[in-house]
Amino acid sequence: MRELLELFRAWFRMGLFTFGGGYAMLPMIQREVIEKHHWATEDEVMDYYAIGQCTPGVIAVNTATFIGYKIHGISGGIIATLGVISPSLIIISLIAALISNFSSLPVVQHALAGISVGVCVLMFVTIGKLIKKGLKDVPAWIIFAAAFLLAYFTDVSTVILVIGAGAAGYIIMQVGKYREKKERSGK
Amino acid sequence: MNTFLLMCFEFFKTGLFAVGGGLATVPFLKDISAKYGWFSMKELTTMIAVSESTPGPIGINMATYVGNHMFGFWGGVAATLSLVAPSVIVVFIVAHMLEKFKDSDVVRGVFSGLRPAVVGFILAAVLDIYISSLLCVDQFQVTGSFLRLFNWTAILLFAFLLAVYKKFPKVHPIFIIVAAAAAGIVLKL
Repeated sequence: MRELLELFRAWFRMGLFTFGGGYAMLPMIQREVIEKHHWATEDEVMDYYAIGQCTPGVIAVNTATFIGYKIHGISGGIIATLGVISPSLIIISLIAALISNFSSLPVVQHALAGISVGVCVLMFVTIGKLIKKGLKDVPAWIIFAAAFLLAYFTDVSTVILVIGAGAAGYIIMQVGKYREKKERSGK
Repeated sequence: MNTFLLMCFEFFKTGLFAVGGGLATVPFLKDISAKYGWFSMKELTTMIAVSESTPGPIGINMATYVGNHMFGFWGGVAATLSLVAPSVIVVFIVAHMLEKFKDSDVVRGVFSGLRPAVVGFILAAVLDIYISSLLCVDQFQVTGSFLRLFNWTAILLFAFLLAVYKKFPKVHPIFIIVAAAAAGIVLKL
């Protein structure tokens, strides 16, 4: 029960302070899920992000469901999901009821411009950590560079890119094994 | 079918077929607008702006806003729950399978390729935020002055907050977001 409450509170916090897409939530996930609660490892979070790109739904929500399920089964998945969507429900309902021209208010625009600089700062550190921990050999760097270039400069669907990267990972692993075997039998 | 159930059904469908993040729901909402006239295109534009300027995943914000617009608070709750229901079910199935096969060679190989790719996707997604918040591309195109290309206030704020965050790594990301918002208001960014 206590764990469920903590799951809800942590995901509520993350939902409340994430502006923009799912990736903007990563610095919060790194702090709350990986460093503070040890609910998942860096690798697992990357796996959930990869899967979230190809399954239906909002990526931030999918990641919450995944981690909740891992910690506390189906009830954990549901509680984490409710936690991450609750801030939106409350805030949007208030804004819809009270302020009709919310997003054109100058104060809101200035605050958002500031927040996007803040997101840049957080993502700078987060991407640094991911590169340091995740890109350890040449094949990983090649997959990283190819994924970045294709995602940024072309319209190829992310689903296709994910499938390609997965296939590449599998082939690289098999080639590595084959070489190892050959070396061993050669000796 | 009454309109409330129909709305839930439409959002369930959107949640099931919109793959790849919040803005993927936009084309579905356009279809809904054209098909039922529950909201106009102009209202949809306002909804997107509000969703982007409030915390939370954009897809969720959109569902809450549309539901709220139609049926008040509980409409927002129902639309949001309908939107997330399919993905929650799909994730449960995938997570269950993943647990079963996570030690298999195929799964380990596939994920060793996916992890670096995800870092690439994240960098690609963030790059546009960097360009739009730290540079002024339109001013540069008008004036042709290289100095005008940079949004100096934003860059100084970026450098300052980054130094703070590096110096005190224990600072919670929430603090950086709140400080950045306050600085944005004070500096009229």
